[in-house]
Amino acid sequence: MLLTSMQTWTSSVISKSRADGVLKLVHFKVLLFIVCLYPFFSLAWGLLTDQLGVNPVETLTRSSGLWGLRFLLITLCVTPLRWLTGINQLIRFRRMLGLYAFFYATVHMLLYLGLDQFFDWSEIWRDIIKRPFITVGFINFIALLPLVFTSTNKMMKRLGGQRWKKLHRLTYFVAVAACLHFLMLVKADIREPVIYIFLLTGLLAVRLIYQYRQKKLA
Amino acid sequence: MFIRNKKPWDLSDSEVTDYKVYKNRRQFLNTAISVGLASALPSIGLAKPVDELKEYEGLSKSPFSTDEEKSTFEAITTYNNFYEFGTAKSAPSLYATEFPDESETWKIEIDGECDNPGVYDYAELVKPFTLEERIYRMRCVEGWSMVIPWIGFPLGELLKKAQPNSRAKYVEFTTLYDPEQMPGQRRDVLAWPYVEGLRIDEAMNPLTIISVGLYGKELLGQNGAPLRLVVPWKYGFKSIKSIVRIRFVEKMPQTAWMKANASEYGFYSNVNPNVDHPRWSQRKERRIGEFLKRETLMFNGYGEHVADLYADMDLKRYF
Repeated sequence: MLLTSMQTWTSSVISKSRADGVLKLVHFKVLLFIVCLYPFFSLAWGLLTDQLGVNPVETLTRSSGLWGLRFLLITLCVTPLRWLTGINQLIRFRRMLGLYAFFYATVHMLLYLGLDQFFDWSEIWRDIIKRPFITVGFINFIALLPLVFTSTNKMMKRLGGQRWKKLHRLTYFVAVAACLHFLMLVKADIREPVIYIFLLTGLLAVRLIYQYRQKKLA
Repeated sequence: MFIRNKKPWDLSDSEVTDYKVYKNRRQFLNTAISVGLASALPSIGLAKPVDELKEYEGLSKSPFSTDEEKSTFEAITTYNNFYEFGTAKSAPSLYATEFPDESETWKIEIDGECDNPGVYDYAELVKPFTLEERIYRMRCVEGWSMVIPWIGFPLGELLKKAQPNSRAKYVEFTTLYDPEQMPGQRRDVLAWPYVEGLRIDEAMNPLTIISVGLYGKELLGQNGAPLRLVVPWKYGFKSIKSIVRIRFVEKMPQTAWMKANASEYGFYSNVNPNVDHPRWSQRKERRIGEFLKRETLMFNGYGEHVADLYADMDLKRYF
């Protein structure tokens, strides 16, 4: 729901501003920045007012992980949306959305390290080695780091467009692994992770179709 | 002449937030937050108003009870794994509000390898037994635990009445199958109906009880009304809820979780900090309501009563 409302919101704002002839990207970015923080504050509020159920640590860990995955998928929506709507300015939001995926993934990771394992490193190491879903989650977090470090304009220039693009294809791996991490965690009811896998498959398929068409045209 | 070039970031008057709106920003935020929260968080629903529940009086205390701090009634009745009503922890308390249907008498069938089988109404079945309070630790395979003041009677007393014969090596329990009442059964999350089992000596152990209530009151739907098994030294999923059939069998029963994933869920499923589940370390647990984790105890701390049952067994193999 948030996803669709955000998309309609961005596209309506953008088309309106186009009509005005001035692109006030800065304002949209600030607004988007605040909107993306909503899950974080709603969880913090829930924690302060004791509304996260009787196992708040579990609720926090699950929700933050889920939001990390959601932001990954939202980030992957940007490019297909550009093709679909022709609004190329959408690309300006992609970095922020991607960094939000990292933000929620970091919160998720810190909750696991701190409130689940209490920074007991030997226990954490054992967990990473022994439990496949933790292994995947951990690898996934590591894989996010080069993407974050190369997210600045400076780094983009240093790497050069082509190399930067190549490196950032890692995002696809991260998204697939994030879905897998979710799927492996579930005991019997795989419906929810399957929905995310379905969405991701769609987002990747759109890219393949687009590439295929471009090749045909060329 | 003063010429002022409009910068891209300068706002025109029409774009500035109206003062009235600005003054009300806190109210707006509060409303937005509470609306958002109301939709994002599961609401807490109880089956019946708690004071309408039947209360048990004159319960005898048990030497098997722990004096640890009890989990709250709220925790016990809103944080449940009862997949028959959905897989979320909040689902059972949300969807078991009318369960079990009071217009139908609950029947329990006792059959299999025994000389005195029968079908009993719930009230008829429970009547002969003296109810007692048993405050037990409950450890879930997912790594959390509670302390629950159950009300019930030893399963062994019930089983003896059925007069099991010499072929009765195991006892198999079955939960009600009724997708109309149990919406979770409309999807094949597990192989319905839910089946659990115990070895006959485990079933006869005095710690093993049939529970009909908790916290002095009758059981709520989400806790397995009207009657359920409680086996405190095993992971919670062994304590099958809303039982309709108890059968004496010669071969080890295939339980619902064994069918779902035999490499992760064994028949015995004794609480054991030394045998890890592939997804959760079993060395520690979070007691609901506590911040720090506790060390998990062998046989959930009931070793003095049950360790003998497994004296010659390799518990890594028979997990």
